[in-house]
Amino acid sequence: MPHPFAVRCERVTKRYGDLVAVDALSLTVERGECFGLLGPNGAGKTTTIESFEGLLTPDEGDVEVLGLRWRTDGAALRQRLGIQLQETRLAEKLTVEETLRLFRAFYDRGRPVEELLRLVELESKRASWVGKLSGGQRQRLAVACALAGTPDLLFLDEPTTGLDPQARRQLWGVLERFRAGGGTIVITTHYMDEAEALCDRVAVIDHGRIITQGRPKDLIETLGAPRVVTRHGTLEDVFMALTGRHLRDD
Amino acid sequence: MTERRNGRSHPLLELTLARLREFVREPEALFWAFVFPIIMSVALAAAFPARGARPVAVGLVPGPAAEAVRRALGAAEGIALRDLSPRDEARALREGEVHLVVVPTEPPTYRFDPARGESRAARLAVDQALKRAAGRPEPWTAREEPIAVPGSRYVDWLIPGLVGMNVMSTGMWGIGFSVVQARLRKILKRLVASPMRKRDYLLAQMLARIVFLAPEVAVPLAFGALVLGMPIEGSIAAIAVVSLVGGLSFTGLGLLTASRPRTLEAISGILNLTMLPMWVVSGVFFSTANFPGALQPFIQALPLTALNDALRAVILEGATVGAVGGELLLLAIWGAVPFLLALRLFRWV
Repeated sequence: MPHPFAVRCERVTKRYGDLVAVDALSLTVERGECFGLLGPNGAGKTTTIESFEGLLTPDEGDVEVLGLRWRTDGAALRQRLGIQLQETRLAEKLTVEETLRLFRAFYDRGRPVEELLRLVELESKRASWVGKLSGGQRQRLAVACALAGTPDLLFLDEPTTGLDPQARRQLWGVLERFRAGGGTIVITTHYMDEAEALCDRVAVIDHGRIITQGRPKDLIETLGAPRVVTRHGTLEDVFMALTGRHLRDD
Repeated sequence: MTERRNGRSHPLLELTLARLREFVREPEALFWAFVFPIIMSVALAAAFPARGARPVAVGLVPGPAAEAVRRALGAAEGIALRDLSPRDEARALREGEVHLVVVPTEPPTYRFDPARGESRAARLAVDQALKRAAGRPEPWTAREEPIAVPGSRYVDWLIPGLVGMNVMSTGMWGIGFSVVQARLRKILKRLVASPMRKRDYLLAQMLARIVFLAPEVAVPLAFGALVLGMPIEGSIAAIAVVSLVGGLSFTGLGLLTASRPRTLEAISGILNLTMLPMWVVSGVFFSTANFPGALQPFIQALPLTALNDALRAVILEGATVGAVGGELLLLAIWGAVPFLLALRLFRWV
């Protein structure tokens, strides 16, 4: 029987000098769900997700991913994860197809490059240099690289930041197809509509701590009572109610 | 190369191909690797014509006996005379336009820098010509037997050193810059977030480098042999082995220098700091024998010294691979130790 949790972290703390980026944060992500980490810039979302991804080691606390730990099972874990990083610029002078072929080569099992191209709707761009792609195409390529090894768990760090609405919807479609195949997603975002559209559960993070978590709908009902009658409450209202600030106040 | 299930090929092969593709799609990199050695060789050909000894350049400033000096030196062989105003004299000497200045006093005055070999040669030639013109009897005339010893000219000695220098600098710059740029763009971070094996990435940088080593070595050597008449005594295979070991050695060092820096400015500084001492002391432009004995153990332990010595031994003296085994071993150590250190120190995130 597979391990019930995709991610389980206990009292994870990460400091940078005097700054506590993540402060004794605990959460669990269940298999098959899409879990959103929400919060303004600098809230600790990236530090949290990178400690899940094994890219940084927490100062304190315990992280378990797919029932494995980075210290002892790092290599096996890498084979089962798909990772998209914030602000990675892939090699600009490789083509889309070459980039996918490279990433595919790192995984023991995975999808053929053709299938990846189809999955992210980049078949027509296969021979284009990465440097010539639009922002949305680049992000879909980044997600395709993350999907190259048929991961059980996909980590996405602000995958749609800076994209226009159409490009965002196109990327959501890719993620929904991954979900449909039984995959688990952990995604950070500061777009509330994105969290509402994609996530089964969200945790709202500020100053490195979880200030609330639950299903988007429940959070909106309990905390984000609409103040304008003609408009439904949003997660933005939830955040406002908890902190008195806007989520995207930088 | 064979493809495995689901169109998967070997990660080391894909990483190497990726590096090669990026390289050939970068016009500046191609320029430094291929066009630059050709330009360098053409410049050398112009500076060191293949045939004939160059005459010594002598300047003549105005003076009472100027006409007599002009007649005497104009008739002499191997002396190129030109008139100088007293104002230009110091500059012409400093810049090597003339090797010696004759002031036509009675007796004549020679102005020259005795530290320069050409100036001392010019002094001898001028002195002999003037004394002969003044009627000094020759006690005897020596029988001269000019011998053209192949490979004994400066240019023959210089070319292998330039090849060695080029192997070092393109290797270290090429690797240093591409690695630091990949770190800057967080491509390295993205790669280690995948199951890629770290040593595959470093090995791929080395392998990609080897592909371009052949033309980088062959172009200047062929130019030297065909246009400048430089002898190539050793076998092509021996030259290839020495170049290969040397090339790999400097990629190891290149990876080590690139293992930590986060900015292009930092890697430039580190590369210059690493390479500049070797340009000076490792016998590229002048022999390592010019340095004091106390420095020799240090100089002889440097990888560029070993590469230049091995290249010269093979090219000019026809040495076999076995005969340069010591140099090759030293180069192998200079490649392997930094590679292993780089693997440990490398900053991926």
